[in-house]
Amino acid sequence: MSKNKTPRKSTSVDMTAMTDVAFLLLTFFMLATKFKPEEPVTVETPSSISEIKLPEKDIMLLTLDKDSRVFFSIDGEKTRVEMLNKVGEKYKVTFSAAQQKEFANMSSFGIPVAQLGKFLDMKPEQRGAFKQTGIPSDSLNNELSDWVWQARLANNDLRVAVKGDRETSVPVVKQVIKTLQDRNVNRFNFITAMEKAPK
Amino acid sequence: MAEIDTSGGGKKGGKPKGKKMSTRVDFTPMVDLGFLLITFFMLTTTMSTPQAMELNMPVKDETIKTLIPASQTVTLLLAENDKVVYYFVDAKTKEPSTPIITNYSATGVRKMLLKESRDRNRVGIDSIPVYKKMFAEHKMTEEVLRKRISAIKSFDKGLIVVIKADDKSKYKNVVDILDEMSICNIGRYAMVDITPVEVEMIKTVKL
Repeated sequence: MSKNKTPRKSTSVDMTAMTDVAFLLLTFFMLATKFKPEEPVTVETPSSISEIKLPEKDIMLLTLDKDSRVFFSIDGEKTRVEMLNKVGEKYKVTFSAAQQKEFANMSSFGIPVAQLGKFLDMKPEQRGAFKQTGIPSDSLNNELSDWVWQARLANNDLRVAVKGDRETSVPVVKQVIKTLQDRNVNRFNFITAMEKAPK
Repeated sequence: MAEIDTSGGGKKGGKPKGKKMSTRVDFTPMVDLGFLLITFFMLTTTMSTPQAMELNMPVKDETIKTLIPASQTVTLLLAENDKVVYYFVDAKTKEPSTPIITNYSATGVRKMLLKESRDRNRVGIDSIPVYKKMFAEHKMTEEVLRKRISAIKSFDKGLIVVIKADDKSKYKNVVDILDEMSICNIGRYAMVDITPVEVEMIKTVKL
């Protein structure tokens, strides 16, 4: 019963194991992922040796970009809608249900209240192209102060974080700090990148 | 593993059957798709929560005035182009010393701060690295370490740093100097608005 031919070995590799691994990783990343919130500006934060981690929720984030624009963002859809209506009330701007829904799903914004309605009516892709002017925060017209106040009324456990660009000029930072202090926020965080501590 | 033997069992002389189709599936496209999705999720995901440094400002109350002894104070003026100007105040004459210009490097402002702070609290500052080493060797709990360090930091004859940022300085400078405070273990510092006199002072140093 001896064969003349040696049985031909298959050249195809068994992919099953690889598929297993690939899908295991895929599942992990799908479950672990939290999408980066879309931000209207890119901010390069300065670095510090601080190792304090920010909590994941109940964060009010004030972003300051290098053109001295102030952006505001806060988590929690309910908080956002509540805050929007209160601020709108003060500036005599009413928002439709559709606008409110848009606002609840939006990430950070930096636009005066008067223009906010129009901004919310835009399609998401238009919004990305729209140049936001930043929330007015000077002493004459301090809308930021109202946002901060109403946000705190809507959610009392808020922690305030300031995320500034390296090149943001100090007067803007001072103005923001002053605004926060006026609203009795005396404890806040500066978001920074990691840096190794010197010995 | 998942391959199925399709060799037909080696029967000879059986009935002529239709050609057997291989039941083996090519998984390659599936793996491709899997890895494509992995890449997508890996790139969009945010794994690390951001780092933050804490800053406590005093409660805004005009009636509270804290007087600090001049001999313990150093005033840092954050100037443009990443420069720091600092000066001391003489305890007796209340006259500011000649301002000195430096930078944010380890040999600049940090060296000065470490020296000044050590001069005023030699025992305390020198014992911080010892405590840290003890903690690293598990001879001390974190709680004790923190308590001791905060006691040293709040030593009432220690150095007090007054930080005044000029309008031309950058946010980065503010963060850097606050960072220096934690590097140099300085517990008593305050951010104060700059005065016109000090703005002039920065100008004189530059010349």
